[in-house]
Amino acid sequence: MSNGTIAIAEKSFYEVSTNKHSGILSWLLTTDHKRIGIMYLVTIAFFFLVGATIGLFMRLELLTPGRTIMGAQTYNTLFTLHGVIMIFLFIIPGLPAIFGNFFLPIQIGARDVAFPRLNLLSYYIYVIGAILVLVSLFIPGGPIDTGWTFYIPYSIRTGTNVSMAIFAAFVLGFSSILTGINFVTTVHRLRAPGMTWFKMPLFVWATYATAWIQIIATPVIGITILLVIIERVFGVGIFDPALGGDPILYQHMFWIYSHPAVYIMILPAMGVVSEIITTFSRRTIFGYVPIAMSSLAIAFVGYLVWAHHMFVSGMSDTATWIFSLLTFIVALPSGVKIFNWVATMYKGSIDPQVPFLWVMNFIFLFSIGGLSGLVLGSLATDVHVTDTYFVVAHFHYVMFGGTGTIFFGAMHYWFPKMFGRMYNKKFATISVITFFIGFNMLYFPKFIMGYMGMPRRYYDYLPKFAPLQEVSTIGSWILVGTIFFITGYLLYALRNGPKASGNPWGGVTLEWHIPSPPPTENFEEIPTITHEPYDFSQLKEMEYDK
Amino acid sequence: MFSGPSAHAGNVDFVMFYIVSISVVLLLGITATMIYFVFKYNRKKGHKPKDIHGNIVLETVWIVIPTILVLSMFYYGYMGFREFRYVPKDAFVIDVVARQWQWQFKYGDGKTTDTLYVPINKQIKLNLESLDVNHSLYIPAFRIKQDVLYGIKNYMMLTPDELGSFDIACAEYCGLDHWQMYTKLVVMPQDKFNEWYNTK
Repeated sequence: MSNGTIAIAEKSFYEVSTNKHSGILSWLLTTDHKRIGIMYLVTIAFFFLVGATIGLFMRLELLTPGRTIMGAQTYNTLFTLHGVIMIFLFIIPGLPAIFGNFFLPIQIGARDVAFPRLNLLSYYIYVIGAILVLVSLFIPGGPIDTGWTFYIPYSIRTGTNVSMAIFAAFVLGFSSILTGINFVTTVHRLRAPGMTWFKMPLFVWATYATAWIQIIATPVIGITILLVIIERVFGVGIFDPALGGDPILYQHMFWIYSHPAVYIMILPAMGVVSEIITTFSRRTIFGYVPIAMSSLAIAFVGYLVWAHHMFVSGMSDTATWIFSLLTFIVALPSGVKIFNWVATMYKGSIDPQVPFLWVMNFIFLFSIGGLSGLVLGSLATDVHVTDTYFVVAHFHYVMFGGTGTIFFGAMHYWFPKMFGRMYNKKFATISVITFFIGFNMLYFPKFIMGYMGMPRRYYDYLPKFAPLQEVSTIGSWILVGTIFFITGYLLYALRNGPKASGNPWGGVTLEWHIPSPPPTENFEEIPTITHEPYDFSQLKEMEYDK
Repeated sequence: MFSGPSAHAGNVDFVMFYIVSISVVLLLGITATMIYFVFKYNRKKGHKPKDIHGNIVLETVWIVIPTILVLSMFYYGYMGFREFRYVPKDAFVIDVVARQWQWQFKYGDGKTTDTLYVPINKQIKLNLESLDVNHSLYIPAFRIKQDVLYGIKNYMMLTPDELGSFDIACAEYCGLDHWQMYTKLVVMPQDKFNEWYNTK
């Protein structure tokens, strides 16, 4: 081994620029997957905090019946923006772009992704999309007020900046597609010697399955958006019945993307869960193949359930029952994962540190989310609760209780690796608990209100809903307070946290074999893989914090 | 046990109860097992962890049993839906017209109201039509809703067997005053309804 490679290994990727620039340009023009991951983290976390703050204001308006702090038009705009920002700017790109970028190459023993420049391009396309969303708020016409689903005909008729906002989603789609192509190629081409498919960590499997959905499903939303823009600008009748179009066709096309997109959101989170559970149980995963295959099953069957968003739209009764049946089928692989995760704790050596507590949080909240999905998959009950708060509660339990919780779990798991510092564990433990309390206070009452008949996207409500609305709003204070508290102590730890070792948790996947933060090209020498991904007998030969 | 202002509402509540009961058992089972394992196999106790790679019997069990459970849920859900979609020949027809942001109900004799008056114990077919954007006719107490679209003819069945007044809401976002699209469903005895229906 030459001296040169050792010199690289000693310096972290923060200290070595991969291009001829230094300072800010060494970041903005970087092709290092880790630096790009960090840039995504900063950008996406910013939009997450914006989305959460908007949610806070929506809940504040609903604290009391009648006008509390804003008018109806403002409220309609806010729930649209909350949806657009959280869906397109936070949760779809979130885990793959941040943690996929940073850890997927390391976990398969690669020095970078297959197309590093394309990776940087994806980032800038994301930024352009985000800027378009922001611009659409301030140009004449006013911010979009259609809800994040942009249902036609309303989205054709409203005078607000629909074209600009959905064009932003169109642009963001390309970022997603390019990232997907990059990850698929990386997994196929850049695995280290000995890293066979069934030796890949499950986070890689999950991100790989996600990447395929990104590639295959995203073009559908791109086409749909273009058609809406053509319809708005040129008055061509495609979806608007007044012009001879079909509004139900729009709903089909929208959900053909947006339902698989739900799996783009959740699958990477499921991958992270497998990583965290094994590390803190210090034993191999229970049912590696079923977990990996269930990711693929979800990715595949997930394409065939889109119309369960449309049971009361007036599509044919035959389509309705077929989609109901398929929806129940797609519940099964998620169940398989949950059972295998819990079984992985059996006869382990469990150290319930902060990331593990987030996973326990996840299993509880995501189970509620998944099980409440059964109520929505069943036709008789869906007719009653669709388009009510019940649906709102369901997808917040799945998306926020699932992916959002694991966003924090992954953050706390990989923070020492990414930044070489440890956060305050006492603060972090308190945050898990207050998050849990705030979350359930905010969203659980919505199940009850939904069943009582509270429709969603309502600026105001009947007096009988007042007590539960109040509980929900108080929950939002606890939850958003916790989120800002977490942001605070993590930012503090960046500079002032104690230095973290290369392997603070005793993990065995490849990222724990290299220093924290990792050196520029990750490995001095590309490793040869001989162990299974979760073989903790390796720990004997590794350095780790006992 | 499961009764409502219509037989259908009771049936929907039964399906809900069925699914929620199974879900609660599963949720508590999963959570309790997880918490039990965290204490039982805590690292502080100094167990040597055991690498168990899987168990084909268990994998089969937790695919087959949930499959049976969800198929039964599908069945009950489908049966409830079928009864909701069934249109008898002699149904009493009322046309529902939605626009931003109000409801209108048109009766066979040309009577037009903004409150929905119906006779008790009669099978009523509501023909749904919108004059502008998507709406959704939602009667929470009866556990029913159906989208009301422009240019597409939808319908909804309603068979009330309880007198009284019930909320009607719009459940599909339709713009500025979506939240104000509330009106009432009034269920009357047949003779009172006839009296109302026959007065000009």
